[in-house]
Amino acid sequence: MNLAIRDIRYHRGRFILTTIGLGLLLGVVISMGGIYRGLSADALAVLESTRADIWVVQQDTNGPFAESSRIPEDSKYRIKSVPGVAEASPLSFQTIQIERQGKPFRFFLIGYDLNGLGGPSEILAGRDIRQKHYEMVVGKSMKMGIGEKIHLGLHDYTIVGITGKVVSSGGDAVAYVSLADAQDIQFKKDNDAIRNDRERIGDNLAGIRILSPVQTKYLKQNIAAISESTHTVNTVVARLMPGANLHEVQERISRWNHFHPISAEEQIRIMTKGMIEKARMQIGLFRVILLVISAVIISLIIYTSTIDKIKVIATLKLIGAQNRVIIGMILQQSLLMGVIAYFIGYGLILLTYEKFPRRIVLEAFDLQVLFVIVIVISMGSSFVGIRKALKVEPAEALGG
Amino acid sequence: MGEIKYAIEVENLTKIYGKGVTAVTAIADATLQVKPGELVALLGPSGSGKTTLLTSIGLINEPTHGKVVIDGTMVADEGWVPGLDLKRLRREKLGFIFQAHNLIPFLTALENVMIALEINHMTRKEATVRATELLESLNLGHRLYNYPSALSGGEAQRVAIARAMANKPKVILADEPTAALDTENGKNVMALLKKLAVENNSAILVVTHDHRMVEGFDRIFHVNDGRLVN
Repeated sequence: MNLAIRDIRYHRGRFILTTIGLGLLLGVVISMGGIYRGLSADALAVLESTRADIWVVQQDTNGPFAESSRIPEDSKYRIKSVPGVAEASPLSFQTIQIERQGKPFRFFLIGYDLNGLGGPSEILAGRDIRQKHYEMVVGKSMKMGIGEKIHLGLHDYTIVGITGKVVSSGGDAVAYVSLADAQDIQFKKDNDAIRNDRERIGDNLAGIRILSPVQTKYLKQNIAAISESTHTVNTVVARLMPGANLHEVQERISRWNHFHPISAEEQIRIMTKGMIEKARMQIGLFRVILLVISAVIISLIIYTSTIDKIKVIATLKLIGAQNRVIIGMILQQSLLMGVIAYFIGYGLILLTYEKFPRRIVLEAFDLQVLFVIVIVISMGSSFVGIRKALKVEPAEALGG
Repeated sequence: MGEIKYAIEVENLTKIYGKGVTAVTAIADATLQVKPGELVALLGPSGSGKTTLLTSIGLINEPTHGKVVIDGTMVADEGWVPGLDLKRLRREKLGFIFQAHNLIPFLTALENVMIALEINHMTRKEATVRATELLESLNLGHRLYNYPSALSGGEAQRVAIARAMANKPKVILADEPTAALDTENGKNVMALLKKLAVENNSAILVVTHDHRMVEGFDRIFHVNDGRLVN
């Protein structure tokens, strides 16, 4: 006869409520693990969707995600000419926050060369960007429809395609425009600013007496063109030819002034060890604390349940029940509570994880490890109850 | 193997709690024998030592001195006999009835009897048959699947008696079995114990201070200040 099941059946209300409470707690533990995996996945999503071998950024920086980086767009030609490089494409990144339907609307905008690397990896609806200007592909999580317009910088952009759930390292949904549009949005000045700049340049040149009016006009046009140029990017990504030596290509680019070639592997390390390390530790600590709380709760429940059953245990001992009968009753209850709570927590997260504001990634390995931890905690927690039960004297069954 | 004359034999049993100046003698030089089928009372006021004597015979409380023999097996001789499995002996040779029935609250009446049988290695099927028969013989056939909380005091005590009788023990020890019952139910329980003692040829030793119930006993021992008087 299974005494644990009989006890649970009799006190089912208490058991169900306790197990649901514990299940919610374990659900939080599971979601914490999922958030951590989600952080890693988010941090690497853009990186992985680009599928570049080398990220060339501004010298002495670890850009473009961990630090700010600006390099000239035309450096792509130099990089493409390096032996072993198959493709080189400039990319522009910027986080944008605007008002939409009266609410803050935040996303990560990627500008890419329409014939190069770094564009949307999949199109779920609509199409890719085909025109050089004013078209946009947005992430599914931005919840925008094909044909909708969004005003950025000086222009309106039309949504022509919907891509998957790629997000930035900050968890913001990703949108794509052409590189030229992204540069305009990021760097193009409005007409007043352009007029002011031109006047200032003209005034400064007019003060130089040795210049002829023709020279002054020529210089003014050239300086204005430079100051108004938007041909700056955050990185140039390169893909190598099959069999090309990554280190040789890196070595060659790093010999140039002003550039820092970062391999995809190094970029992953920068992202995971640098950007999300503290968040990872924080979440890890929370998980440990929650598991300790779960252990304390199970211990307390099992201990108080054992105290409630002192007379029962004493009676069982008096009628000759073996210790294994009593240990089995306590251990099985503890294990049942832990296992059922685990599946309640797991089921809860499975039903809700897509509704979390940040990505939750449930990895089978994490779930299996947590399951083993829950089993160990349940067994460990039952120890206090078992210890108490084994100390109960059969004589305690006597008396009123 | 010859017939065993006494189910319970106690010789010069002494139980002393504590040591030195704090030592308290709960029972001193107690000697008694109970034959199979006999219903015997240990009568005395609270604190007289009757429960100490009962627990020493019940293999719960180790005697300081003296001998205890249960169903022909020497269990105590100046302390427990080394190598004895007291739990197994309690399971096989003894049955217990308590003042407050001590039924397991989360088991039905049937399961409360079955647990004693299953602990003693009886199969589920056999235990169900035996427990059902026992409870039906005690007019509890309609209460098989009721929890103790749904039973009256008298019914609960009859289930406790069924549990004590389940393994057909040679000795039944009852600690104030009528204390929680009204006179009528108390008398019914005593009559039932008397009947079972005869039917099963079991020795039943009942601790009580309830003078209302003394009529049915074959013999009565008085316990006073740790001394046993026949």
